[in-house]
Amino acid sequence: MSTFGRQSNPQLNSHGELQHLLTIEGLPRDVLTRILDTAAPFSEVAEREVKKVPLLRGKSVFNLFFENSTRTRTTFEIAAKRLSADVINLNINTSSASKGETLLDTADNLAAMQADMFVVRHASSGAPYLIAQHLAATGRDHIHVVNAGDGRHAHPTQGLLDMYTIRHYKADFTRLTVAIVGDLLHSRVARSQIHGLLTLGVPEVRVIGPKTLLPTGVERLGVRVFNDMREGLRGVDVIMMLRLQNERMQGALLPSTQEYFKSWGLTPEKLALAKPDAIVLHPGPMNRGVEIDSAVADGGQAVILPQVTFGIAVRMAVMAMLAGN
Amino acid sequence: MTTRMPLQLPDAEALCAALADAMRAHVDPAATALVGIHTGGVWVAERLHAALGLKIPPGSMDVSFYRDDYHQRGLRANAKTSQIPFDVEGAHIVIVDDVLYTGRTIRAALNELFDYGRPARIDLAVLVDRGGRELPIAPSFCPHTLSLAAAQTLELERAADGGLAFRLVEK
Repeated sequence: MSTFGRQSNPQLNSHGELQHLLTIEGLPRDVLTRILDTAAPFSEVAEREVKKVPLLRGKSVFNLFFENSTRTRTTFEIAAKRLSADVINLNINTSSASKGETLLDTADNLAAMQADMFVVRHASSGAPYLIAQHLAATGRDHIHVVNAGDGRHAHPTQGLLDMYTIRHYKADFTRLTVAIVGDLLHSRVARSQIHGLLTLGVPEVRVIGPKTLLPTGVERLGVRVFNDMREGLRGVDVIMMLRLQNERMQGALLPSTQEYFKSWGLTPEKLALAKPDAIVLHPGPMNRGVEIDSAVADGGQAVILPQVTFGIAVRMAVMAMLAGN
Repeated sequence: MTTRMPLQLPDAEALCAALADAMRAHVDPAATALVGIHTGGVWVAERLHAALGLKIPPGSMDVSFYRDDYHQRGLRANAKTSQIPFDVEGAHIVIVDDVLYTGRTIRAALNELFDYGRPARIDLAVLVDRGGRELPIAPSFCPHTLSLAAAQTLELERAADGGLAFRLVEK
């Protein structure tokens, strides 16, 4: 019997445990903290002779990528394999969907193959939610759904790994000033970051970018808006750079990438305005010379490669928590 | 309703000393390594390490990722990071826990340990064997045995001053 839609948060089961991970928005602070706490012991597994634990032995994880993303798919695949799951990768934009199959037909077919978990990436906002709702409505809520990025909506595991990275270097969220810089308009990562930071108690979240790349009404989320990068970076503890999403842009939102770099690229000179021990994050893939200078990307304050390593541990924690609930 | 005789709980401090005495002739201070199981086993391993004058720093394991009840009970909250600060390959290792019961935790610990390498020999040291084994596992060193009902749990606690004591929890 399904309760989907009747409970306050479709991601939580009747015991308040995580059933799906669709978005950070609306998840209580203790659930976020528990995911971060659980990720810490998983990061140690990578140091072992055998980089695997048996939690998801015999489980089938389907990576349903309706939109290409080699890196995200790979980190989910590594995470699932380190949990001993069997992983099946489907790049659906090159298979069934091009033959006309609907999203839910695809999900039904894979569920009939005894799937235990779907990791879903889709260009349309809400696609993972639709699949979770469909599974619940058809009595198959033992299958868990992880959102690996949907449209402009959310990318919760990226947001969580960013929170894990910040906590690793800065320990206490409640004393931080955090800046998110760049193309927020097209960024599902930024939305997940904002919800994560505010839920975990960051007192000041700044968003910095050109007016054309900031969503209207973004300040209603509880962030401070800056249209001048130098002013916005002054005294911050954490700088979260966003990728300029050229492939998602239509029309004249930007003059040129050179112009963009001049105003919105993170250079050593602009980084110097932040606190001396500020850290720099980037979700990748980086456009060097567009949103970030190579001297910063390869410099001592960048924690961009540790983000990738932590991302595997965070995804292991999410999948292990879901599959056990 | 039955009334139980009040149980005399063993003195955890005395048992730590007795366990160290029992192990002394069987460890090589330069080569034997201890691995405590979270949380009580880690405390006992610290005591044994000092009492036996072992050179290799003690390791610690949280066997949450290897438990056989994951599919019934899910992943335990507050899983700790396992730390094995020595090379497991070819080592003599003593797994240390506070209370031995079903043997399932020790099964999980053995599996976890082998993911770090192939030890030459593994022993098991516990303060108390409370009976109720469900797997063919026996301690190598154990200074105290007692019989408890399934609804009873013997828990090791550490006071602010570091003193160890047992507490009986009735479910």
